[in-house]
Amino acid sequence: MDRLFDILAILAVVLIIVVLRSLRREHIRVEHSVSWLAAAITLLVLSRSHRLLAQAAAYIGLESEAAALMLGILAVFLGVFYRFSRIVSGLKDMNITLTQRVAILEYKLHQQNEEQQAKP
Amino acid sequence: MSFQETLLLIPAYNEEGAITRVVAEVRALYPELRILVADDCSTDNTADLARAAGARVLSLPCHLGLGGCVQAGYKLAFGLGYETVIRIDGDGQHNPTDIPRLLDVLRQTGCEMVIGVRAKESGGLQTHFVRKIGIHFFRFILRPILGRPVSDPTSGFVAVNRRALAVFSRSFPLEYPEIETLVVLQRRQFTFEEVPCRMRQRIAGRSSITALKSVYYVIHVLLGVFVNILRFDGRSRKAPAKR
Repeated sequence: MDRLFDILAILAVVLIIVVLRSLRREHIRVEHSVSWLAAAITLLVLSRSHRLLAQAAAYIGLESEAAALMLGILAVFLGVFYRFSRIVSGLKDMNITLTQRVAILEYKLHQQNEEQQAKP
Repeated sequence: MSFQETLLLIPAYNEEGAITRVVAEVRALYPELRILVADDCSTDNTADLARAAGARVLSLPCHLGLGGCVQAGYKLAFGLGYETVIRIDGDGQHNPTDIPRLLDVLRQTGCEMVIGVRAKESGGLQTHFVRKIGIHFFRFILRPILGRPVSDPTSGFVAVNRRALAVFSRSFPLEYPEIETLVVLQRRQFTFEEVPCRMRQRIAGRSSITALKSVYYVIHVLLGVFVNILRFDGRSRKAPAKR
């Protein structure tokens, strides 16, 4: 059991390092890194909090701390995925609006140029 | 038939095999009708060929899918003050000789949208088995929602007036728009009529909705239908829909 918690702690640290490196290289924007950092820190804290996990497992009715930890991880990452789905949906809507506006503006510009060229 | 303040909208994506004939056919029949090809970032010569055939071209810089492409055309038409927009597909399936009948029904009945549906004499639905099941399924689903039967809810041959344009330029389903459009209209207490039309075989290309995509299509559209119902029910509780 302890080995599992150690592996999860290492994974959490690796996740934090990867996110920070991505931030430094500007692969991820700061506002989008917050969810991942929060998830990684939560994972790290959970993997180091045996008493807390034991209490949570007893409260939920699970037999082991590992199951409580997995449930916690699932909840945290579902939250992260939901947040990113909302962000992606918002960006897609903005992209559609911008694409349509650019096309309409280009069309109007083209029409104006044609009309000006047609004038004697 | 007067085509003043009427725009013919042809959404097109990689239709270089058919677009020239479609535009030329419309121009030969109705020289005064303004034609707008909304090119959804085709990777072939659709835009150039449409322009060469005499159409105006609205070129989208990114591929948005059918709904986004049609909505761009509606937004432009609404902004330019058109009273009526007729939409036909760029693959040649819709016969332009039916356009005056759609416009007549739109003007005489005062409804917001007229759909050109496949007449019995033009044969059954020329599509694969899975899609046929989907269409029959949606006929069944839509009947209680719309409060009336609808023959071909997937038809892309439609004429809309300015009231519908005002709505569609603000809100329009983006991926598979035809069925959701009917629900959007119904929730706003708008009406639609159907006109039987003789559909033809597509001139070139293949339908983008394959058998596998049909399954996704059914799930996507079903979800879209119910989201539209919930969305407008929620709004109507806060403020009654205005006509």
